[in-house]
Amino acid sequence: MSDDGVWVYAVAQAGSLREGDAGIGASTADPLPGVAGGPVRLVSVSDLTAVVSPVDLAEFGEEPLRRNLERLPWLEAVARSHHGIVAAVAKTTAVMPMRLATVYRSEQGLAAMLGERHGDFIAALGRIAGRSEWGVKAYVARAAQSSEPRRDRRPGTPSRPGSGADYLKKRRAALSATEQARQNTVATAERVHSQLAGRAVAAALHRPQDPQLSGTDDRMVINASYLVDDERQTEFTATVEQAATTSPELRLELTGPWPPYSFAAADPGGPAPGARAPR
Amino acid sequence: MTADHLAPERTRAAGDLDREPIALVDLLDRVLGGGVVLAGEVTLSLADVDMVTISVRALVASVSALANQDQGDSP
Repeated sequence: MSDDGVWVYAVAQAGSLREGDAGIGASTADPLPGVAGGPVRLVSVSDLTAVVSPVDLAEFGEEPLRRNLERLPWLEAVARSHHGIVAAVAKTTAVMPMRLATVYRSEQGLAAMLGERHGDFIAALGRIAGRSEWGVKAYVARAAQSSEPRRDRRPGTPSRPGSGADYLKKRRAALSATEQARQNTVATAERVHSQLAGRAVAAALHRPQDPQLSGTDDRMVINASYLVDDERQTEFTATVEQAATTSPELRLELTGPWPPYSFAAADPGGPAPGARAPR
Repeated sequence: MTADHLAPERTRAAGDLDREPIALVDLLDRVLGGGVVLAGEVTLSLADVDMVTISVRALVASVSALANQDQGDSP
């Protein structure tokens, strides 16, 4: 018989979530399967409820998990399944998502943590209630990239001979023009980010995405998440549209609404609720 | 001039399962980079920088291999 661990998706306020909501629980008509296909259930401690499902520790225990997380197809399947459940629950109530691959050996261990960290979770839920995360990425627009200065050569005309010093002077000028264009783009990106952050409750920056993962060579200059009041969603998305129009040197992409993954911590650079030093 | 910047269809909600599929890279930024981090009895320390770095390197290698197999597929 396999050994089951407990995969944790998210934590919500108890009473706001019940078996039967969002495909949770064996009795549901249309159950959402968990990451290992197991049933999604609730574990409640005082006024907190964790959304969980059983996972086989042979696949999801510490060692196999480390190996599996490095296999892209496995990681993708698990990440999408995990997100599917977090997002479904987020439609019903405010949830604090857990980082991918939070696994307890037992429900008792999870329950003990919820008891100990009760205050942190209540505070975190208070920070995100009635709010959603929106993602904005900005790339240097193709037209802007191709207009970076090059040595000017008109087809069909012979190149004019010039001195070595002349060539070097032109090259230096071209490089500084490129550098100037680059600085202008960065300044524009900072302005756009500032504008969007002004329409949000909080903002979090991510690392620029690896081109091999994102599938584009275009240079990414913003990769950010914004926590926006649901009531101000239209205003926020309109601001993104407006920024796109007034900054043609950037190509903007908007994603959302997301559950508030990027806003688990009180201070985006600081520790998330329940965080402890690793053993 | 082509509308490379934000087009109305791009404001579609990526979180809605019945709309545009979510790009894996955007998903990983959030589920791996975000969320509450706990020390549990089974601790997968994704907060551990080495772990994340190793995973990203392995991912890049995997993606290259996949990209070579499935030409033209973009995430």
